[in-house]
Amino acid sequence: MSGRDEILGRIRAGLGRGALEGARRAALEAKLANPPRNLVPARAAALDHADQVELFIEMAGKVDTQVTRVKDLAEVPGAIADYLAQKNLPTEIRRAPHPLLDQVPWQAWPTLSIQTGRAEGADAVGVGAPLAGVAETGTLAYASGPESPATVNFLPETHIAVLRAKDVVAAYEDVFARVREKSAGGPFPRTVNFITGPSRTADIELTLILGAHGPKRLHIVLVDDGEG
Amino acid sequence: MQVTSQAFKANAHKALGDDNLKTALFKLQHHFTNNRTRAVEALPEFERLRDRARDIKNEVLGALDFYLERFEQKVAEQGGTVHWCRTPRQARETILSLCRSVEAKTCTKGKSMIAEEIALNPFLEENGVQPIETDLGEYIIQLADEPPSHIIGPAVHKTLPQVADLFLEHHKRYGKTERQTEPEALVGEAREILRQKYLDADVGITGANFLVAETGSTIIVTNEGNGDLTQMLPKMHIVVASIEKIVPTLEDLSTILRVLARSATGQEFSVYTTLSTGARQSADLDGPGAFHVVLLDNGRSEMIGTELQELLRCIRCGACMNSCPVYHAVGGHAYGWVYPGPIGAALDPKFIGLEAGQHLPNASPLCGKCESVCPMRIPLPKIFRYWRDKAFEEKITPLPQRAGIGVWAWFARRPELYRLASRLGIGVLGRLGRKAGKFRSLPLASGWTEGRDLPAPEGRTFHDLWQERRGRRGPPKSGDPFRKLFS
Amino acid sequence: MTERPVSVGLFVTCLVDLFRPTVGFAAVRLLEEAGCKVAVPRAQTCCGQPAYNSGDRADATAIARDVIAAFRGFDYVVAPSGSCAGMVKLHYPALFAAEPTMKAAADELAGRTYELVAFLTEVMGMTRVVSDFNGAVTYHDSCSGLRELGIKEQPRKLLASMPSLTLKELPGAETCCGFGGTFAVKYGEVSSEIARRKAKDIVATGADTVLAGDLGCLLNMAGSLSREGAALKVRHVAEVLAGMARGPAIGEPSDDAEPGRR
Repeated sequence: MSGRDEILGRIRAGLGRGALEGARRAALEAKLANPPRNLVPARAAALDHADQVELFIEMAGKVDTQVTRVKDLAEVPGAIADYLAQKNLPTEIRRAPHPLLDQVPWQAWPTLSIQTGRAEGADAVGVGAPLAGVAETGTLAYASGPESPATVNFLPETHIAVLRAKDVVAAYEDVFARVREKSAGGPFPRTVNFITGPSRTADIELTLILGAHGPKRLHIVLVDDGEG
Repeated sequence: MQVTSQAFKANAHKALGDDNLKTALFKLQHHFTNNRTRAVEALPEFERLRDRARDIKNEVLGALDFYLERFEQKVAEQGGTVHWCRTPRQARETILSLCRSVEAKTCTKGKSMIAEEIALNPFLEENGVQPIETDLGEYIIQLADEPPSHIIGPAVHKTLPQVADLFLEHHKRYGKTERQTEPEALVGEAREILRQKYLDADVGITGANFLVAETGSTIIVTNEGNGDLTQMLPKMHIVVASIEKIVPTLEDLSTILRVLARSATGQEFSVYTTLSTGARQSADLDGPGAFHVVLLDNGRSEMIGTELQELLRCIRCGACMNSCPVYHAVGGHAYGWVYPGPIGAALDPKFIGLEAGQHLPNASPLCGKCESVCPMRIPLPKIFRYWRDKAFEEKITPLPQRAGIGVWAWFARRPELYRLASRLGIGVLGRLGRKAGKFRSLPLASGWTEGRDLPAPEGRTFHDLWQERRGRRGPPKSGDPFRKLFS
Repeated sequence: MTERPVSVGLFVTCLVDLFRPTVGFAAVRLLEEAGCKVAVPRAQTCCGQPAYNSGDRADATAIARDVIAAFRGFDYVVAPSGSCAGMVKLHYPALFAAEPTMKAAADELAGRTYELVAFLTEVMGMTRVVSDFNGAVTYHDSCSGLRELGIKEQPRKLLASMPSLTLKELPGAETCCGFGGTFAVKYGEVSSEIARRKAKDIVATGADTVLAGDLGCLLNMAGSLSREGAALKVRHVAEVLAGMARGPAIGEPSDDAEPGRR
């Protein structure tokens, strides 16, 4: 008997039945095919979109994330350049080959040197375009794919996210709805990354230190694009 | 790891004499419990989310076979493979052969309690694959060659100077010859050294907080980002997880995630929650070329349908140990096996046997604090009692204890004899103790009096006094043999 | 038609019977102040927790049977202990899960069993006591009462009705004192350490008296405070509420051969 059959057999013996069949199975299949939402906290879900954006900024701030609001994509390179200058950081940027970032007029800011693609160990600044921002906890959500390599968001010491305000959603469930929509009919993205603030650890005497293994700092450029 | 649970009392004695540990545990107690309280207060729906989280896991356990099969099917659709392992040995061997299939020399590892449970590191080392722990806490205790003492803060027992010494000793070979004393500098040093390890590793091994049946995703929740670098850079990602980690849907995952971090560290959400679903896809620019899930049973399937089934709801948040007065006193190593604290006291006897683990469920005042904070509402004291019953029934409870309870119960069932005996005993104790009001030491009660005084009884029993003052029958004075003896 | 007074069977508890009869008399006084007719069934000894928590199901069940029989017929059963009341209310029914007739009897008893202060406030509607107490007290929430029976505000409410009493809240009031019945003896070293920490917290409040609703915890805290050389008085909350806090406190020297008179 294979390990698989043994394990399944023991579970079934414990439950006092054979393989699940009939109405019970149909009910579970239906749930998996069309997953119902459980209780979603009112904190963000009960707000209108403008307030969700405000909450997103507030919650991000609480986890050491700086948010800069800009009017449109044209203002993105300037905002990034200002941030890097203010923190005295290198201006060599690795950006994801994301359509949103393709629309940013990088060439207007020659001080920024831009490379596109996955990140390598030596990259200092990574710029990514998340699928959504979650107001509930100030969280960014990325779905990996050809336009969004996960390394960009993890390897560089500085992580910058360019997020449109209209992509701020209330809850994690809203992110999953977007991921399902995006991957409908095809595979699920290899990774979905929820990122809430810069990397941290408290493993030495419970002292909080930012930048354990992932990025030491996280900056969000929030693009209003007609909203807000 | 070697089981030392049978020596719980000696372990506890040693721990109670360790001032570094005491300082560390005092910090832990206040840090985690205050943070948890704050996070819970900030989310009005928290208690209802706990109910729902419990219900979700109960649903899972009632159809675990169905969900596991669906999970496997989804993993396969995403280009991954599920390996079913009944025993720790099968799991270790499966992982080793996967490592060998890519000629792995080193593998990075994210934090995994299952890897501890199957004693993976020594096995890989013996077989020529060098495992490198990347969670800072795990890295520290790997250098110290110690087991974790807490399920989410494995090195919580280590002080800053101890970490400084360890790093100096082990980082010399990387040219780090200066002893760093600030946490920030130590974290920076570990970051720099481990960064190269991630880039060089052939295989990345992580655990999983959850397995989602709907999508075949495995989920890790971390703050450091180590688990992500572990899995996205090497050629192969191996997930090692136990079978009860299943949740049905992404919505169910969302619900349980909302109670996890708040219960664990008191954060609203951990920094990184990562869903990994299969291997690198054809157009992806990064990610592992192969994805394997090693599913471990190790006796869990036998717990289904028994009194222990509720333990399978556990999401390993550590809230029970963060709030446990016994854990606060003795720390994690005293428990003597992989899982410390209340969840360990309930779970370990199942893995290491009741004979070896009998102290653990007994060493509890049954205060119920653990159950009150458990996000999954696991009735831990009830499980402790289950083990106590079983130990008594199987005569694992030491004979003197069993006999003592037997004699006491014999009297307790015979009120008149009980009163006579208690009148005698309390009379003596009352007279001996009246002047001081307490006993500083007392034969047969040294377990009590070694660490504290025993207040003296008032000298007469309530029942005697009540009879005297209110009883229909006359006062028992004349019939009190001790009155005569002492007056 | 005059209403029949509420009849209460007092479950004295073994520790009060043996160590501190004063608490029993204080309970009687409070119950009588509330208008109850109190009886003390002679056939009672202990609720059976020492056996139950040691895994001795057979003896625990036998003792539970005796308690169920001893307390038949009273409107209510009241214990000056959250731990013993919790045993009867929550654990007796579980002991007889496989015995329908006894299960019904256990459920019935559970339904009319209360911890003293919860009974006074919730059932008898007591909002204030007649006595006063001059002093600064702190209050430890005993685990069973707190977590099994939800006793938290009730004693504070009655204490607040005493004009000369000041309540200084105890940080960590909901943390176990380390007693835990047989745990205190079987794992004495761990138990003592937990008690020591509790004693430290108690001393830090600056109160001159510490109160709780369970004698087990009180003996433990008094023993630890005394070993650590603290001069605080330790009393059962019922002693203070009943105005019977003039005699020696728990663990104090005594020339009193007549406990529970004052």
